[in-house]
Amino acid sequence: MNLSPTQYDTLVKRASPKSKSKKTIIQSFLIGGAICTVGQLLRSLFLSLDISQTHTATLVAASLIALSALLTGLGIYDNIAKHAGAGTLVPITGFANAVVSPALEFKSEGFILGVGAKIFIIAGPVIAYGTIASVIYGVIYWLFTAAF
Amino acid sequence: MKQLERGVFVFDSPPSINAFSAVVGKKEGEGPLSSYFDHIFTDTKLGQNTWEQAESRLQTEAVTRTLKKANCAPEDVSLLFAGDLLNQCIGSTYGLRDLGIPLFGLYGACSTMAESLVLASLMTASGAVSRALAVTSSHFCSAERQFRFPLEYGGVRTPTAQWTVTGAGAALVCAEGNGPYVAAVTAGRIRDLGITDVNNMGAAMAPAAADTIKRFLSATKTAPDDYDLILTGDLGFIGSSLLCELLRMEQFQIEPVHNDCGKMIFNRESQDVHAGGSGCGCSASVLCSYILSGLKSRRLHRVLFAATGALMSTTSIQQGESIPGISHAVLLTASKEDIPWNC
Repeated sequence: MNLSPTQYDTLVKRASPKSKSKKTIIQSFLIGGAICTVGQLLRSLFLSLDISQTHTATLVAASLIALSALLTGLGIYDNIAKHAGAGTLVPITGFANAVVSPALEFKSEGFILGVGAKIFIIAGPVIAYGTIASVIYGVIYWLFTAAF
Repeated sequence: MKQLERGVFVFDSPPSINAFSAVVGKKEGEGPLSSYFDHIFTDTKLGQNTWEQAESRLQTEAVTRTLKKANCAPEDVSLLFAGDLLNQCIGSTYGLRDLGIPLFGLYGACSTMAESLVLASLMTASGAVSRALAVTSSHFCSAERQFRFPLEYGGVRTPTAQWTVTGAGAALVCAEGNGPYVAAVTAGRIRDLGITDVNNMGAAMAPAAADTIKRFLSATKTAPDDYDLILTGDLGFIGSSLLCELLRMEQFQIEPVHNDCGKMIFNRESQDVHAGGSGCGCSASVLCSYILSGLKSRRLHRVLFAATGALMSTTSIQQGESIPGISHAVLLTASKEDIPWNC
């Protein structure tokens, strides 16, 4: 078989089906949008209860995280995510799912080396680079406010 | 025993597979081959505490059921060839530790059923032992957590991704018996055409299957239509079409007689398995049920079984290495008269 990797790559590309983007983009828009609507409803609810703007923001985030964690624990979240794609990945619910799912999964290796060590196995890079990005942003902000 | 070409052996006195059995999980039990399996576990954990223990239990079940069918005790078996997908092959180790059968642990990724059968047949046909067992397993959950993501993580599988089979198969290879017979074996070579996408294993393994099938057909001077079935392990839908295309370039038309265990075990659409089944339990459970029983009942006469494995690890993938494939092949016949060169 004298096929080069480049020639084989062409064959593979031809044989492999592509994601049905038309369908998947619409699905993720709708489900992602629905999650944001739930967030907005919660916000209106908390504000109507005379809770301050700052506290409302925290409460909305915490409620969505709790809801996502619950659905992950019940084994429902991944079934929604299968159809939603980025629609469930991008909102804060996706982050919660990325933390809760390894925590559940690695319980069999114990609370220290299992849950403790593996809990950020997916979310870890987001936390690490998110922190670095915020430090860089802070430095730039400080330079500008100090200079002007 | 004769070596026709490097790694291609034909047997003067073909060993016989006197007993075999396959046990699977719930999803596999809902597939098209449901009625052929020896047992379907509806509890994916098989009453164990961890997924790894569940996989080990699959191997214990497959072996004990096979021994029972053959009316054999573990003491009657000289050698056991076993493997799985887990790190350090713990699926086999813990599943087989109480049997006391001299063991060779194998890692051939998803090609392990063929690899273990090749070695068991070589040892039996050479006269070294009179009985050897070959067993292989995989479990969807233990494979997912080792190779991919936690089960409850909301990731999206690509259209080329395959579904790891929960199942195990075992076959008892004996020097004497009434078949099905192992007429010839071929040890695979590593083939790597530069595929780096772990979600397209079929494409990574197809060149290895093409190489082994071509070597076997050339060495034995047989053609694809000499066989009822040329059966690959878990190339799935994409890998299968690539295999046929690669062999067509070499002037071998296998399409009319080709099928793939990854295509057979699930219903592609209703079971949402994307490009088909995979994992070493895939070829093991299909071979040790539908195929071997078909040979036994003479529904099938000559089957060239070539299981394929992708020999990467999570580390090699993260380091950007491509995925090397391997494929080992076994020629199975219903009777000694069915062996192509005996006709």
